Amino acid sequence: MPDLIELSAGDLHRKLVAGDVTARQIVEHFLDRIEQIDGRIGAFNTVTAEAALDKAADIDARLDKGETVGPLAGVPIALKDNLCTRGVPTTCSSKILEHFVPPYDATVVERLDLADAVLLGKTNLDEFAMGSTTESSAFAPSANPWDLSRVPGGSSGGSAAAVAADLAPLALGSDTGGSIRQPASFCGVTGLKPTYGRVSRYGLIAYASSLDQIGTFSRDPRDAALLLEVIAGHDPRDSTSAREPVPDYATELEKEVAGMKIGLPREYLAEGIALDVEAAVRAAADAYQGLGAEVVDISLPHTEYAVATYYIIGTAEASSNLARFDGIHYGRRADGKMNVDELYSRSRSEGLGDEVKRRIMLGTFALSAGYYDAYYLKALKVRRLIKKDFDDALAGVDCILAPVAPTVAYKQGEMIDDPLSLYLADIYTSATNLAGLPAIAFNAGTGEGGLPIGVQLMGRPFEESGLLRLAHAFRQATDHHLARPNLTED
Amino acid sequence: MQYETVIGLETHAQFHTRSKMFCGCKTDFGAPPNTQTCPVCQGLPGTLPVVNRYAVELGLRAALALRCHIAPVTQFDRKNYFYPDLPKNYQVSQNYHNLGVDGRLEIEVDGQAREVGIWNVHLEEDAGKLEHPEDTGANYTAIDLNRAGTPLLEIVSAPDMRSAGEANAYMNELAAILRHLDISDCKMQEGSLRFEAGISVRPVGGEKFGNRVEVKNLNSMSAVVKAIEHERERQVAVLESGGTVPSQTMLWDVQREVTEPMRSKEEAKDYRYFPEPDLVPIEISPEWLDQVREQMSELPAARRKRFIAELDLPPYDAGVIVEQKPIADYFEQTVEQGVEPKTAANWIMGEVMRVLNERLCEIDDLPVSPPMLAELIGLVTDDRISNSVGKTVFGEMCSSGKKAGEIVEEKGLAQISDSGELEAVVKQVLADNPDAVADLESGKQQAKGFLIGQIMRATRGKANPKLAGELIDRLTGD
Amino acid sequence: MTRITTDTVEQVADLSKLILSDEELAGFQEQLDKIIGYFEVLNSLDTTGVEPLAHPLDLRNVFRQDTVEDSASRKDALANAPDKTDEAYKVPVVIESS
Ligand SMILES: [Zn+2]
Repeated sequence: MPDLIELSAGDLHRKLVAGDVTARQIVEHFLDRIEQIDGRIGAFNTVTAEAALDKAADIDARLDKGETVGPLAGVPIALKDNLCTRGVPTTCSSKILEHFVPPYDATVVERLDLADAVLLGKTNLDEFAMGSTTESSAFAPSANPWDLSRVPGGSSGGSAAAVAADLAPLALGSDTGGSIRQPASFCGVTGLKPTYGRVSRYGLIAYASSLDQIGTFSRDPRDAALLLEVIAGHDPRDSTSAREPVPDYATELEKEVAGMKIGLPREYLAEGIALDVEAAVRAAADAYQGLGAEVVDISLPHTEYAVATYYIIGTAEASSNLARFDGIHYGRRADGKMNVDELYSRSRSEGLGDEVKRRIMLGTFALSAGYYDAYYLKALKVRRLIKKDFDDALAGVDCILAPVAPTVAYKQGEMIDDPLSLYLADIYTSATNLAGLPAIAFNAGTGEGGLPIGVQLMGRPFEESGLLRLAHAFRQATDHHLARPNLTED
Repeated sequence: MQYETVIGLETHAQFHTRSKMFCGCKTDFGAPPNTQTCPVCQGLPGTLPVVNRYAVELGLRAALALRCHIAPVTQFDRKNYFYPDLPKNYQVSQNYHNLGVDGRLEIEVDGQAREVGIWNVHLEEDAGKLEHPEDTGANYTAIDLNRAGTPLLEIVSAPDMRSAGEANAYMNELAAILRHLDISDCKMQEGSLRFEAGISVRPVGGEKFGNRVEVKNLNSMSAVVKAIEHERERQVAVLESGGTVPSQTMLWDVQREVTEPMRSKEEAKDYRYFPEPDLVPIEISPEWLDQVREQMSELPAARRKRFIAELDLPPYDAGVIVEQKPIADYFEQTVEQGVEPKTAANWIMGEVMRVLNERLCEIDDLPVSPPMLAELIGLVTDDRISNSVGKTVFGEMCSSGKKAGEIVEEKGLAQISDSGELEAVVKQVLADNPDAVADLESGKQQAKGFLIGQIMRATRGKANPKLAGELIDRLTGD
Repeated sequence: MTRITTDTVEQVADLSKLILSDEELAGFQEQLDKIIGYFEVLNSLDTTGVEPLAHPLDLRNVFRQDTVEDSASRKDALANAPDKTDEAYKVPVVIESS
């Protein structure tokens, strides 16, 4: 049997179909690795070993009979624990949903199953995807595989860490203000946040409905293309899902990048960015020039307003989306004798963590009588200006190259008492969600402490192909991806 | 001092759709608890709404019928509040861009036409139902989510009504429209039509409105009327004694026929409406509106006017017939068969409605179609059967589904209009009743009625009464 | 600038159905004041005549047909309920209807 750890999702699938390895061997390999390593990482909330082995047996049986299998047959995948899975606990890393078992599958889960991917388990996140360190998980923080004393980023920290630590070749996350790209950057993997509406949100437990988008984690852009092609496309159950055709991303990825035009926004390389991060972005720009792309200076003038706009809109939507967690129809209910009003308040107060409470209160404030116009409505107007910045810029360039986070991964606990500073670190990622644009983050070097630094490319709506192509070309032309976290025990 | 009552009504009507507003669950009334729900209407996390297009079209029908301005782009908003019948703890409703605004409804009270302004018409989803167990010792409330997500139309009137009578006329006219356009079945006993009244009083001629009392739990139109009358008296008494009426929400106590303040704490209402981010705006093109207009049948008011002007129906008859669209349709189809309109109206308001009430059924369930009724009426007007036999035959048609002619034939109910055949009977009756004959001959005309009655009895109602009278006259040599 | 007082935080917590201890109240007051204070950066921007943008995509008229689909079984519907009878969700006595 080949050493499966070195193989991409695409290679695993090809080896399976070629008969070099069975689905069972693949799944057992990853289950073993989770068993050995995840005690130190804490990427998974739930491991669905039995169901994974059953699915593998089913795939092997069909292959034995010469039947066709799906495009992800035999490829293990981890899902962020805010994606609903029928019969498998879906907790959002919150006490209030600790024992919640959805009676239905998210659309992406259905599509993965149809593609014969194998679900390995559910990964840790900041509670209800609110955070950027995975420390607000009600269960335990996850660790960064590159340095266990550091955070993996968040909110999809568990998914990013799982892929970085080779616990799964693929994972899904969700990105509301950077929650895929920032952990991808911190963990040195590829994170793709598709265009808003590209992937159905049905079954994604909402944080902020107009900003949330499900996306992918993989070791490389090629696997991201493979996975995106399976999960993308219109879904009649999601009114905000687009009817755009889904291209053949794997083919698109191989096309030339020479002649493409990349914008470098000056506002993203101004004050507040760490030197090593800035250097990585500029080096990436140089690399693209070397590949025949043109790099030009551009301006996104409303950048400084993105964080405030994002937090007002995001928390306003969240305050309403999370009202349903009340201990009445499902989820944790406070014990004891009390009236309905106390039941609401006590169930919520006991079941929700501080960061979630903070955002619910911020959002409630922004929508409340007397403040709606000054905060929520104002933010919607600024959102239009921010979107216009991108529309204008992307009329002149094919995509925008930018940093993902101002620094490399934080130390555990470093930022926990300073919510505003953490919010401000979303400066480079949150505007993308406000505008609904696709973006891909990938490893572009290492910085302080040998930790990975990601850069991101943002593109026009539904032009994920161009982003994948550029990210792939970068990987072909550089060897940053050869650096790997060292997880051998001392 | 003279006071006037100022009344505005909020109406909720459940749309007559097959499925719910945002999911495919059925909307049937009376299903066992929690059997018509799915993850969407249970408000499970991760689920998303998708708008029922037909509900929007029914809403457009209502907005057009109420002569509203139709929004070129409308959208849903979330109304945020916590209540156990509301699984998401927000209701998807409309606030910022209602489907229709600034409409009006014409009503008629005591022969006077009057217009009531319509502030807005909007779409929303219904909540579930709280059931309090019959066992009074039970220390819980049960939640049934079958109704949650049922498409709902809300119609908010301006405070333009000044009496319970006007409110009554408004409610009836509105219900007639909603039924006529098949927007709602308007069954108040099933909760598919519900009202809330905003009631205040002020000195006649006053410019400012008094403090408004909102009355809920009004389960019938008569409850609305009684609550308005009760509130008027109560509020006037408060003002007369020098007090002020507080703005508050009251509940109507059906048994005691009084309003009671709500016992739960009146929360400061801050619904934090904002655009529902899970739904996209709805653009209503002129073409779409034209299509909706084409699907709309004639409005009740126009139909009444037509029945009065063109078919010469008395206004009262037109009102009764048009109240329910299926009955008005039935009437028109009967008239199309050549029946004189007033005669058709008499039959429908009499025999047909009597049978519907007895059987508690809808006119569509009746086995007697308009052509069948027309045939029956024809037999009566042609003197083939008497009016009273006609009623008997109608009853038989309702039970057997047979045609009138068949029944008349089978049972030998045809009127005896042949003088030779009837003469024998008349002769026999005259012979059997010499006293009556003597009375008649001495000029007592009521004796003739008695004799005709005897002839009818002898023929089991089949004698043509006119012919029988002529025969009596001839045979008594009068 | 809008100062967020403990009163404001209490009102907002009440609307959000959250109970805060005195200590939490003080902590949240300080943080929310700081964060909402930061939000006022938007006030420096003139947005006169700018249309609000609620959705990133310009989608319109997404509908389903009025067709009936299967509902969930009652067993599935009540499976996650923390307290229930055989046929319904249970809550402490609710006195009045809304
Ligand atoms: Zn449903």
